[in-house]
Amino acid sequence: MPEKTVRDALNEALRLEFARDPDVFVIGEDVAGGRGGTGELDCVGGIFGVTKGLLTEFGEHRVIDTPISESAIVGAAAGAALMGMRPVAEIMFSDFIGVCMDQIVNQIAKFRFMFGGQSTCPVVIRFSTGAGMNAAAQHSQTMYQIMTAFPGIKVAIPSNAYDAKGLLISAIRDDDPVLFFEHKALYRAKCEVPDEAYTIPFGEAALVREGEDVTVVAFAQSVKFATKAIDQLAAEGITCDLIDPRTSSPLDEETILESVETTGRLIIVDESPPRCGLTADIAGLVADQGFHSLKAPIKQVTAPHTPVPFARELERAYVPGPDKITAAIRATLA
Amino acid sequence: MSLSPDKLLHAYRRMRTIREFEDRLHTEIATGQIAGFTHLYAGQEAIAVGVCEHLSDEDSIISTHRGHGHCIAKGCDVMGMMKELWGSAEGTCKGKGGSMHIAEVGRGMLGANAIVGGGPPIAVGAALAAKLRGNGTVAVSFSGDGATNQGTTFEAMNMAVVLKVPKIFVLENNGYAENTGANYGCGCEDIAARAEAFGFPVFRADGADFFDVHDAAAKAIAHARDGNGPAGVYAVMQRYYGHYEGDPQAYRAKDEPRSLRETKDCLGNFRASVTSEGTLTDPQLDAVDREVLELIEKAVQAAKAAARPRPEDLSNDVYISY
Repeated sequence: MPEKTVRDALNEALRLEFARDPDVFVIGEDVAGGRGGTGELDCVGGIFGVTKGLLTEFGEHRVIDTPISESAIVGAAAGAALMGMRPVAEIMFSDFIGVCMDQIVNQIAKFRFMFGGQSTCPVVIRFSTGAGMNAAAQHSQTMYQIMTAFPGIKVAIPSNAYDAKGLLISAIRDDDPVLFFEHKALYRAKCEVPDEAYTIPFGEAALVREGEDVTVVAFAQSVKFATKAIDQLAAEGITCDLIDPRTSSPLDEETILESVETTGRLIIVDESPPRCGLTADIAGLVADQGFHSLKAPIKQVTAPHTPVPFARELERAYVPGPDKITAAIRATLA
Repeated sequence: MSLSPDKLLHAYRRMRTIREFEDRLHTEIATGQIAGFTHLYAGQEAIAVGVCEHLSDEDSIISTHRGHGHCIAKGCDVMGMMKELWGSAEGTCKGKGGSMHIAEVGRGMLGANAIVGGGPPIAVGAALAAKLRGNGTVAVSFSGDGATNQGTTFEAMNMAVVLKVPKIFVLENNGYAENTGANYGCGCEDIAARAEAFGFPVFRADGADFFDVHDAAAKAIAHARDGNGPAGVYAVMQRYYGHYEGDPQAYRAKDEPRSLRETKDCLGNFRASVTSEGTLTDPQLDAVDREVLELIEKAVQAAKAAARPRPEDLSNDVYISY
């Protein structure tokens, strides 16, 4: 099977869905790029190149470049979805949710319910997210943990190219709005990805590693770091279940609870700040429904409660890497 | 533009239905039977109807928190609307939306919208769908003077021009944004000129004159339907009631609402115009008045008797994760 990057896997997912369904289109800033300039058209394909080549292959009516107007981008996607189309909007960085929060939370998330089920709103909004590129405080936040709190929207957080492709195809075919978070430090990460279209159901976690001693739940880039930590500990005879929920809404609670039932120990890792995030949410779930399985306190490994810093040294200190995860696993076994 | 007697009667019936609907709500709300926030449109009927008479079910509109008038003008089911206001399971939105979220998507009514400035970007999307599908339809957003101070309205205006979509911005200056005068809140007096600055034509109309609005809307909609991109309609007409029902309206001169009813009444203006021209007669219009009165009475009685939602209905029409 061919190896592909996350970027290429996402591009392939879009191409396959464009070919399958004429109602699918992309809209966002620089999704083709080059309009109004003196150089080439379709020269950008989104700031991380995910939509590159779509305009050339499918035509201008499928790839809509917009001004820098995040609220109008999400709103336009919402309106087109109400008319039965399946827009895939791109918001360049998830931090910009701050600019278009109303259109996401008060509009697309609520139409189906507020209208008594008269209409769905099949919008996908793609965001780059996360730290690791020295992009500093306004271009590095995760934000998916906040968006998970809102009813009416689904949240996908792929950690590798295989999942990215299958989850994006599922997102496009879903009748509910889906927020799709692509960790920017993972765009070039490669793994085996089939050429054909396939879907990964939402709310179905991946068991990345199987073990007996500790359950580790991790999201996005943290899955990569947790894998590294767990593989190192295996040499010492410590084995862990590593669960990547892949979607935070819906969340595969069952897989987490079943694993904790076996291991009795839980570490949750995410690079968001510690308060009101996914780690606290899952800790709450297990305290509520899996308490009697626990042999040790639940450990949360998160970023600190600070904005994302710029300098290399500071950003490394911000993102919870393999060392912090290893330390947490050792602590829970001590 | 001269309209056939049938079309005139249709427009008059819609305007009269809005007026009767809102006046009756004003009375019913005082009895405490209708919960929540209700914003009445009475006084501005000529604007909603003057625009929507040009639209079919395939064209779409998006409204505001003051949405009943736009809903009725677009042909929404008055019975379903009244039931929705009562929070009934038989309402347009099964009692889940209420006054500020009435929608009838099948009729191209994409919802009243309780976020000031929330609607224009969404209507750009509906217009974009029309353009991508090449089906010749248009999308209309109604915005008050208050919404013309929201960034989303301006984003939508620019985006509509850039994407050249068949979108009509109807700007209704009703004198007040909540409890603050438009001539205070809008830093530039000429709201239409602000829209024109984005690069599309805006046609001005007297919001108390159905025919004036109808003519302006005809030009704006033709411009958009012909593939020239967005256009606007700007109309001034103060609302008869407060911002919300229960609003003491201390920000208005005491006799302002009464004097508006006496001096600026689109229904009176319409009647005077068609009877003096001889296109319709007083008895014809009186018959419409009676029929509308009966319809509203029937709707209120039906709403009072309609089925209530069950608590378990809370968990449908939405994806639930927990």
